Amino acid sequence: MEPVLDIRNLNVDYGLGDKAVHAVRDVSLTLHRGEVLGLAGESGSGKSTLAYGLTRLLAPPGVITGGEVIYHPPDDEPYDVLGLSDRALRQFRWAETAIVFQGAMNSLNPVHKVSTQLTDVLKAHEPRMSDHARKARAREMLKLVGISPDRMDAYPHQLSGGMRQRVMIGMALILRPRVVIMDEPTTALDVVMQRQILGQLIELRERLGFSVIFITHDLSLLVEFSNRIAIMYGGRIVEEAPAATIYRDALHPYSKGLLSSFPALRGARRELAGIPGSPPDLAGMPAGCSFHPRCPRAFEPCAGEIPVLGRPDTPDGAGRSVACWLSHPHPGAR
Amino acid sequence: MTSTKDATVVLEAVGLTKHFPVRRTLRDLVRRTHHAVHAVDDVHLTLKRGRVVALVGESGSGKSTVARLLAQLYPRTGGDIRLHGESTRVRSGRQFRGYAGRVQMIFQDPFASLNPVHTIRYHLTRALRIHHNDGGDLEAALRELLTRVSLTPPERYLDKFPHELSGGQRQRVAIARALGARPEALLADEPVSMLDVSIRLGVLNLLRDLKERLDLAILYITHDIASARYFADETLVMYAGRMVEGGDSETVTQTPAHPYTRLLIDSAPDPDRLTGDVDPLSNGVSSRVFRRGSAQADRGNGEPPSLIRPPSGCRFHPRCPAAMPRCSTDLPVPLEIGDVPGHWAACWLYEGTAG
Repeated sequence: MEPVLDIRNLNVDYGLGDKAVHAVRDVSLTLHRGEVLGLAGESGSGKSTLAYGLTRLLAPPGVITGGEVIYHPPDDEPYDVLGLSDRALRQFRWAETAIVFQGAMNSLNPVHKVSTQLTDVLKAHEPRMSDHARKARAREMLKLVGISPDRMDAYPHQLSGGMRQRVMIGMALILRPRVVIMDEPTTALDVVMQRQILGQLIELRERLGFSVIFITHDLSLLVEFSNRIAIMYGGRIVEEAPAATIYRDALHPYSKGLLSSFPALRGARRELAGIPGSPPDLAGMPAGCSFHPRCPRAFEPCAGEIPVLGRPDTPDGAGRSVACWLSHPHPGAR
Repeated sequence: MTSTKDATVVLEAVGLTKHFPVRRTLRDLVRRTHHAVHAVDDVHLTLKRGRVVALVGESGSGKSTVARLLAQLYPRTGGDIRLHGESTRVRSGRQFRGYAGRVQMIFQDPFASLNPVHTIRYHLTRALRIHHNDGGDLEAALRELLTRVSLTPPERYLDKFPHELSGGQRQRVAIARALGARPEALLADEPVSMLDVSIRLGVLNLLRDLKERLDLAILYITHDIASARYFADETLVMYAGRMVEGGDSETVTQTPAHPYTRLLIDSAPDPDRLTGDVDPLSNGVSSRVFRRGSAQADRGNGEPPSLIRPPSGCRFHPRCPAAMPRCSTDLPVPLEIGDVPGHWAACWLYEGTAG
């Protein structure tokens, strides 16, 4: 498969010097063309920071302290997004990667009509487009996300939460980006609406051929809607594998714990425990594997050495990686 | 499961109704019309000792309003709230305190429900002092409360401020504070939805444990029907201010009867759908019709209706795939399904199915 976005050893800190908090540590991920890559983790695991980092949307005190984000344009040489000039960055944003924010339904401007907000993007990015063509494109986008184009002149408060969310998705897609990042796009919506919007998004992806990075804490939702899943804990990716593999046979104890934190709607009713303890504080991260204080299967190397994300030591290990000493030969153990 | 035979009724809602008035416009004044949001209409529910009742619904369905009515935080528009069979209406602060000593509420957001400028000790002491002026050993009582919610050792938490605790710990403090009043009934309004996924089950298991040890009656309000199945003995489903279905949790989630409940269950994330090894639901016809939530949910706009002018008849009829002409005119009454005793749905599809 053809890569679209290559994240290599990305590091993001909040603050500088000794007091810096390492929110994203050494993350490498590849997004392929046309795929939905799920990014799961609890609050504070660094998943949103990763998304902001790779689009260079981090607000101070957030700083990217290392790594590369290589973007592969369709018919050009790959380039590093982190090295773009402000001007090039402005061209890159929205046209190549668009982002739908958490609580996007509140990110529309309440005093402007939906049509104004949709065409505003076109005005900035395609200044030579005629007014008429802009309106036509905005109309088309609304139709695409399932809103009747006669709502063009509505103000955000006249639309329901689900419709506002669709407008946001339409707005993200208006310049036909190749990568769409969705940061908890449906957490504020009801399950019925959530399913409708996600179903529509998957359908659009098939039609328009963009790739999606889908960030959420709801792992059961990801298993259903994404192709590949990366699970983050304490700023690092602890496991990455195809969605069905994670669901059937997760290797990292944290992934397993996360999967058994969702009561099932079908099948036998069983006692579930969740994960004991609480998520780590980024400012005081435990040494070694950051999950070890909560891990039921921690053993002696866990507290001392950080496991490296790599191919697990199992026969079916191809196409997946995990950062856990249980799945890797420990250097000291042999 | 828990003993169901001699479970005594603690708190009961009978035909509970709440309408919130809407600001009148000039036109309304001239026409002398009064609009109101019909937040809760004709809700019946019974909380029994040692049992958990789940109230499931989308946001805006009125489920939190039911909890607040039961906690007497709002005056009700109609219906009755009975505590041990006795009608109660709180008119004064003193009455409210008396009532709150028996019925306590746990709120959704533990970041907002604890005062940031006071210590845990202060929060818990207040609960104990207000409801039990017995002047007993306060320190021992505080320790016992924290131990009950598994915040051990208690000394480590007593003098902390809320911001020093994680979300799960804060919610445990909120539960301890509710227990400080030694209530008979707990009203838990989405107690885990603001918490991190890995610690939600810990808090739910704690509540279940407390229910068993202290013989509490719990109302569990949630939008997550899977957690209702996990945690509650009985599940009630609410849509647009009305109850649409009820019964024991296993029956309601495994063989849902009301079209809305089926839509809700089909919309819930289900990893098995991807892997394809889910067993077809036992009631074949309905599950085939409702199999793919996304395909059929496109009927209407998939939105709950306006509660200022709720649809006539059944409030779900504009979105219902099985709507009949009668649904838009006649309000459905709760009808027995007939599969399991106590399983009912307010839907005309089931008229005449039960003997």
